[in-house]
Order: sequence, then structure tokens, then C-alpha cells
Amino acid sequence: MFVLKLILKNAGRHKLRTALTILGIAIAVMSFVFLRTIVTAWSYGVEASAANRMISRHSVSFIFPLPLAYRDQIARVPGVEAISFANWFGGVFKDPADFKNFFPRLAVDAETYFDVYPEYLVPPDQMAEFQKERNACIVGEKLSREHGFKIGDIIPVEGDIYPGQWEFVVRGIYKGKDPTADETQMFFHWKYLDERMTQEENGRAGAIGWFIFRVTDPAAMPAVARTVDDQYRNSRAGTKTETEREFQQSFVSMSSAIISSLEAISLVIIGIILLVLANTIVMSARERTREYAVLKTLGFSPGHVVGLIGGESLMIGLLGGVLGLILAYPVVAAFAQAFPTFFPVFNVAPWTLALAVGVALLAAIVAALFPVFRALRISIAEGLRTIG
Amino acid sequence: MSIPLSYTWRSLWARRITTALTLIGIALVVFVFASILMLATGVERTLVTSGDPQNVIILRRAATSELVSQISRDEANILKTQPQVAVGADGKPVASTETVVIINLAKIGTNDMGNILVRGVSPEAFALRPQVRLTGGRMFSFGSDEVIIGSNVAERFQGTDIGSRIRIGEDQYTVAGVFEAGRTAFDSEVWGDVEQLMPSLGRQSVFSSVTMRLNAEGDYQAIKDAINADPRTQSSDVKREQQYYREQSQTMADFIRVLGLVVTVIFAFGAVIGAVITMYAAVANRTVEIGTMRALGFRRGSILNAFLIESILLSLIGGIGGLVLASLTSFIRISTTNFGSFSELAFGFTLSPQVILYSLGFAVLMGIAGGFFPSVRAARLSILNALRSS
Repeated sequence: MFVLKLILKNAGRHKLRTALTILGIAIAVMSFVFLRTIVTAWSYGVEASAANRMISRHSVSFIFPLPLAYRDQIARVPGVEAISFANWFGGVFKDPADFKNFFPRLAVDAETYFDVYPEYLVPPDQMAEFQKERNACIVGEKLSREHGFKIGDIIPVEGDIYPGQWEFVVRGIYKGKDPTADETQMFFHWKYLDERMTQEENGRAGAIGWFIFRVTDPAAMPAVARTVDDQYRNSRAGTKTETEREFQQSFVSMSSAIISSLEAISLVIIGIILLVLANTIVMSARERTREYAVLKTLGFSPGHVVGLIGGESLMIGLLGGVLGLILAYPVVAAFAQAFPTFFPVFNVAPWTLALAVGVALLAAIVAALFPVFRALRISIAEGLRTIG
Repeated sequence: MSIPLSYTWRSLWARRITTALTLIGIALVVFVFASILMLATGVERTLVTSGDPQNVIILRRAATSELVSQISRDEANILKTQPQVAVGADGKPVASTETVVIINLAKIGTNDMGNILVRGVSPEAFALRPQVRLTGGRMFSFGSDEVIIGSNVAERFQGTDIGSRIRIGEDQYTVAGVFEAGRTAFDSEVWGDVEQLMPSLGRQSVFSSVTMRLNAEGDYQAIKDAINADPRTQSSDVKREQQYYREQSQTMADFIRVLGLVVTVIFAFGAVIGAVITMYAAVANRTVEIGTMRALGFRRGSILNAFLIESILLSLIGGIGGLVLASLTSFIRISTTNFGSFSELAFGFTLSPQVILYSLGFAVLMGIAGGFFPSVRAARLSILNALRSS
């Protein structure tokens, strides 16, 4: 109790210094949380994948199309429940230089796509309207907020992969079932795309990007993948079948260099927390060398001195860490607000919080090491002689 | 009269640990700041040097990259025969009709998939890009199922040894040789005969792009006007090759810069706070000294300067340390998916005079920010109180 009181008194002796140190740690912890959140957001697709969904795409790379005819053959593979398919449409909406205008535009099988993705919730009346109209589309809630899309609006897109001017009428807005669902996509009828391809570039009709299907038993996934891929091993378009999780992971790992550099930067942040804290603790301990000698003379054990120095370091580290967490929330929220479609999902994960506090505490312990050793080693006489 | 620099120097030395901790803090911040700028510069340098000022590239209107662009054979023939296009020794236009796709290969060591750009080229492609030269194996022969691969692909991806077979579209191709392209984007590509690759990709009559050499750099406007005016080439869009590659690097370089600046500004706060703490302590510890100096006749301004210079010196040394550390990263090469072209791109950290200037400027700024208030406090101490304090 007495030591605790002394720690508080000590911390209050240089109010400005303590406050600045806490602020410094808080800012570093805040940026740590922010960076870790970006890393998490990068791989959101992996987290959001369903355990029982698989994806089949062209074996060479996903830009090559597969024939629609595969659908019925894959559907007959034992263990496959429901199947749908989609095509990456691409295209240019407004000014392509502005990243805001880039959002996924997918041509999907209108009848089955939302059965395979039950996490995208569309009101039944809107779904009925969507089904009726060939050039209708459904957009995500987040996307509609970002661009102000309302039911009945027309979204003009200039095609690049599929050249020409395209117009889509918004007939539905979907919401995600849970916060990990991606609400930044636009879906429209694959049949609309296919009809125009049949008229304009007949060679590209009947082609789809990838199949998505649900399996009855997740344990059977490797067997299903093998059966499907073996079916097409010797055909002109081979397939590569993997779980949705693996499929998403392959996209994440394309930018693995960026993710590792973000992780490296968050390590440097830990270094900075350590430096700011160590600076303060070393400085305070040096100024108090004589006091520690006095305490020892009075009969306090070296353990008390360790407690004094370490306790002050832990207290400042913890205060800075907690303040940093409190600051992090508005920053993350502001980023999500400013770039709603940059990352489909942008939330602070609980373990990020735990990690951040842990890092601040670890830094506090390391920061106290050197002054503690110094205070223990120095003899009473030497300590009393020191002019701080 | 100003206080001699040696005083400042010895003051820093007197509190070695605190000085060192502050120095390391500033050096870390400058290190991160400089290496992020170097990375962004590296991406731009790699892509911009891929383009030649005398070359133009033609894509389909609205296409932002070669990957999604389509130019029909008929249109390509009209484009190649424009009068502004340079003519080679054989009397043919120096123009390459190219087709571009990506294939997946697994990285060595991690098994992560990378998107490799495969480029089908015409024989003129080598005249258009003289930086491309073979370093191993031999050239692919036109009309055969052979390809040559860029050095970055050869170093980082599995199954790319000379003689091995790679599946591209519906057919297998043999790796005949390895080429090097002066650390441009082409280093991360696979090249083969366009006429051979197109059937494998199921695109008989559609190219991705046409790249042509002009007679002179100044002919750009003339050829652009001619193509825009010709009713047969209405869906084509002419760009300088360098401009095209600059646009390809834009998203990536901007992303690195914005993220980097946000992070370093926050870091800088941390480092400045470190410097403020150090300088306040320096002032507090030297109250008697300051009083003595004032009594000797040094003015308030001189005291302010001395402390400010101390702080700036501190951060400048830290800054130089950070910059030296950052320059070591120029030996590292990073290979990742470029957002602009959606394909693998290898680039390095590139140190430019601009980066050095910005980093040192940033360090000095941190020094001023960190040293200003403590220096003002030092200057405002009254002589009597300062001398009386113990």
C-alpha cells in the first residue's frame, strides 16, 4: 500500500513529463491498433468464408472462363448440394482514377446465387422485382450509402472486359447477415451479359468465371475437389477446385509483401513505445538515485526499489495503453467513414485490443529493466554522493 | 553574443543514455519515413522506366490496363500503318501487336500463388524495348511453343527452370531462356510468340494492345489526332508508353505514400514527445548553468538559440542515422501483386535526392517541434531564481 502511494506521488512529481509520456504511448498504441486492423481487414474474405462452400475456377488463372456446361456435371458430383456461378464484369464507373469508384461488379446466376450466399439478405419484394427485370441489379447497403444509389436509379458502366455502354437499374439493396459480410458489391443478371455477348461477340457466349457450390459435409471437401478436377483434367479448360477459404486466401497472399511490411511497421511502433517510456523511466530513476539510497538506508529492501521503479513504469504504460485504445476507436471509425469501400469490413478485432495492451505492458517491463539494475547495483554511499 | 557550439555538444554528451534513447527514437521514425518514400519511388521508377518516351501504346477506350483491353486485328493493321510510326531496316513498321493474360504460378518457399503476366509479342517487340536481353538459355523461336521468362519470375517461382513446361491457356509451353530487362516491369513477365499464344488463349483475332515506336517524340500529338479522326479506329485510345506505366503505378504508389505518411506522422508525434521530455529535463537539470550564463551576460535570445540548436542537432543526427539505415534497404527487392495491373511486380527501395531532402527536413522539423517550448522555458528563467535553485 505504501509503495503504491509512493508510486503515485512519484508519477505526479513531473506532471508534464508523465502526461507527455502517457500521450506518447497512447498515440503509438493507437497507431498499432490501426495498423493491425488494416492487416485484419485485408484478410476479411478469409474470415467471412463459409465452412461448407467451395469454388471451382479455371486451372491456369481465374481470368480464363469456364463453360457453363460444367454446371450440371459438377452438380451431379456426390456431396454437392447447391451450385451457382458468377463472372467478374469489371468496367469503369465514373472516373477510374478515384478509388471510390472501384467496386466489385459481378454477373451472377440470378436464380441461384443468393441461395448459395444466404448471408446476403434481400427483402422478398425487392428480390421479386430483381428477378423480373433483365437489366436489374442488387447493390450492397454500404455501397448504396457511399454513392447514394436508390431503388430505381440507373448505374451506367463503361465496359472494358465486356466492351460497350451498360446500364443497370437498381432493384434491390442487400444487407449482410453479420458484420463480416461484404456489403460493397453489385450483382446483376448473368443472362443479360450473355445475351449481349451472343449478339456482339458470339465466341464469348456461354462462358462463366467461376462456380460456387455448397457441400453437404465439410469433411468431404478434399474428395469433392479431387472428383471435380479429375473430371476435367484432360479437357481444354481444366478446373481448380478449392474451399472458399483457400480461394480467398490465395487473393490475400498475392499482397503478402504489403501485409508483411505493415507487420514490420507495427513492430517498429513497439520499439517507439519502448523508447518513449524507457527515456522517462531512466531519467526519473537517475534523478532519484539519492532518494533510493535514502530509502535503503532507512531499511527498505531492494525489492521496494524494484517495485517503485517497475510500478511507475507499469502504471504509465497501462494508462498510455488504455488511452490509446480509447483514441483508436474514433480513428478507425473515421477511416471507415472516409473510405467506406476501401475495405469491405473494417472493425477492431478483440484480440487486437488484447495484443495492444499486452505490448504496452511488455514495453513497460523492458523499460524498467535498466534503471532497476542500476538502482540495485549502486551502493548506498555511492547513491548518496550522486548529484542528480 | 551566441553560446559556442561546443557547449551544446558537451551537454548532449553529458547525458548519454537519454540522448541516445532520443536519437534512436528519431532515427526509427526517419527510417520508416524514408523507407516508405523509397518504396513508393521504387514502384514508380520500375514502372516509368518500363516505358520509352518515343513509344506509344494503344489500348481500347475505357480500358485501364492491357489485361482488359481488346484491339481487333483489322484495327491493329490500320494503327501500324500510320505515317508517324518508325520503319525498321526490313521496311516493316516498328510495332508490336501484343496479347496479355495472367497465369498462376506458385512462389518458391511459400507455395503462395502469384499472378504472372504472360505477353505474346511480335518480333519488333525487341526493337521497341532494347533493355530486354537474354541472360540464360536461348531466345524462343517464333512459331514454336516456347517462351522466355523474366529474371524475377525465374528467381521466385516454382517450375520455371529452362526446359520445364508451363501451361498457358489450353497448351503447354517450354521455357527456352531467361531474360533481364534492366529492373523494369518486364522482369516480372513471360514472353512468347503472340501468333502462337492467341489460339492457346482462345482469342483468334483480338489483341490486347499495340505498342509502336514513333519517328520522333514530337509526333505524339499528330498520331493521336490522326487516330481520333479516323472512323475505323474510333475504339482505340493512344497513350505515351511512359504515361501508361505511370498510371499503372499510381494506385500502388499512392497507397504506400498515404499509408506511410499517416503512420509516420503518428510516429513523429511519439518521437517529438520523446524529444520534448528530453529537452525539458535538460532545461530543468541545467537551471543553475543557465543562470550562470545569463549572469555572464548571455542574452535570453542566445539561450533560446542554444537549446533550439541542441534539439535540432539531436534530431539531425538521428535523421542521418535513420537515413543511413534506410539506405541499407535498397539491397532488398520486393515482389508483390501490383494493384494497377493485377500482376506480379518486383521493385526495390530507391533512394532519390528528393527522399534525402524530405527525410532530413522532416527530422529538423521534429527537432524544432520538440525543442521549441523547452527552449522558451529556458530563455524565460529569471537570473536570480535560476542561480538560487539547487
